[in-house]
Amino acid sequence: MENQNNNLPLEELTEEFVVNIGPQHPSTHGVLRLQTTLDGETIKDVVPVLGYIHRGIEKMTESLGYKQFIYLTSRMDYLSAHINNQACSLVIEKGLQIEVPARAKAIRIILAELQRLTSHELWWGSTAMDLGAVTPFFLAFRDRERILEIFEGNTGNRLTMNYITPGGVMFDVLPSFAKSIKDLFKIIKEYLKEYDTLITGNIIFQHRLKGVGVLPKELAISLGCTGPVARASGISCDVRKYYPYDGYEKLDFKEITSDGCDSWARYMVRMEEMKQSIHIVEQLIENLPEGEFRTKAKGVIKLPVGEYYQRVETARGELGVYIVSDGGSKPYRCKFRAASFSNLGALQPITVGMKIGDLMASMATLDLVIPDIDR
Amino acid sequence: MTKEELKTYLEQTFPASKVEETFDFPLMFIDKSELIEVAKRLQNSGETLFDFLFCETAIDRKNNFEVVYHLTSTIYHHNMVLKVVLEDRENPELESVYPLWKAADLFENEIYDMFGIRFKNHPNLRRIMLGDEWQGFPLRKDYKDDVNVVTL
Repeated sequence: MENQNNNLPLEELTEEFVVNIGPQHPSTHGVLRLQTTLDGETIKDVVPVLGYIHRGIEKMTESLGYKQFIYLTSRMDYLSAHINNQACSLVIEKGLQIEVPARAKAIRIILAELQRLTSHELWWGSTAMDLGAVTPFFLAFRDRERILEIFEGNTGNRLTMNYITPGGVMFDVLPSFAKSIKDLFKIIKEYLKEYDTLITGNIIFQHRLKGVGVLPKELAISLGCTGPVARASGISCDVRKYYPYDGYEKLDFKEITSDGCDSWARYMVRMEEMKQSIHIVEQLIENLPEGEFRTKAKGVIKLPVGEYYQRVETARGELGVYIVSDGGSKPYRCKFRAASFSNLGALQPITVGMKIGDLMASMATLDLVIPDIDR
Repeated sequence: MTKEELKTYLEQTFPASKVEETFDFPLMFIDKSELIEVAKRLQNSGETLFDFLFCETAIDRKNNFEVVYHLTSTIYHHNMVLKVVLEDRENPELESVYPLWKAADLFENEIYDMFGIRFKNHPNLRRIMLGDEWQGFPLRKDYKDDVNVVTL
């Protein structure tokens, strides 16, 4: 078609405009707004707007006792609730120099790894759904349900467990705990094969992810990315390997890294991590130590004056709990270094210059949890 | 370097700064005018290579503010804490470390939002969580809000 307004060819007559994606958008997985500047379909800039689910958890911890504030942390990254509770328990145990019984440590790791498995399963389903495949979402929820049933049976809750407590765990697991997990793994291993045949080998799916959302290693380091996002950019940063806690140093597992740097690499890293989680749990479940499940901690905990920092590996990366104590029964200041918050910083650099469809693919593989960002 | 080695190294390399230790990491206090210079040296020196800012936050000590930088090295896997004390409560201001670590972008936005500490040379300083119309800075110890804060 001939351009009648001036002599410029048609393709140069473009105009930038701003589109708000969210806060109610299925592919942002929660209340996050992305102020996207577009030129046609090409992304010129992405500015994340946060705070829609900001609850002031850090402020609330300042008015709650050390045993009480742990309950709030289940609501940060609600897909890693066990691991959040574990981080807070570890930092208190460190301050009080409490020794945790071997049985409690084993239960904690088993639950943390099952939690990682549920989180990655949900991520797998939602990633596929963001890219237009609906079936995986239902399959992921079906499989995740099996694990949630174990959580519900043993801890009483499905999502916000509050089961890991300073000194150990709240109460002992059911006698059927080991058997239920062994039965579960027989099914889950088949499910994982199904994931691969359904989506991983799908050529359309691969084209949507390969070469999309490239995050170079130097940039990932500078941005402070952790977890599978950083490991897919070739950074070896697994907290379980470098700063082991609760006995990870005695277990055999591989840290999955990849030099692909793109969305596909992030996808593959998480798929492999699921297998590693199963491998870790299998080592512990065979001979779960007998004995106490908790060392009694005092009713009102007072940490000695000082600063404590504890990091753990959640499904999304490094969660750091930084507590400043003034010797009182409440934390003077408590900062949660959330993995999703730092990983969010990678969204703008990896998407600028790409098409808007790739924004969804990149966002899906960053695996952001919005309540973890806002806190 | 281990925690003790790193502490000795910091004491020798920066004799003007006070070096202490927290439960986990060595802790160095530096003057706010020296921040960029010291941070750059820690980042680039072959012995330390602190290339990863994993946590940046602030503490309200009632008389002053402390801005805390947690650093680690992706090569040596050792950690340290840097602290800058800001005496001026009315108008706290500090140089941004964004040119050194891009992670500071979001961290400093959050500190500005919660403590009102402004960062010079930050590319896009904004109230990232609460929005521009919010009055006051909630994580300050003297923050009063009868409407939004439910006392427990």
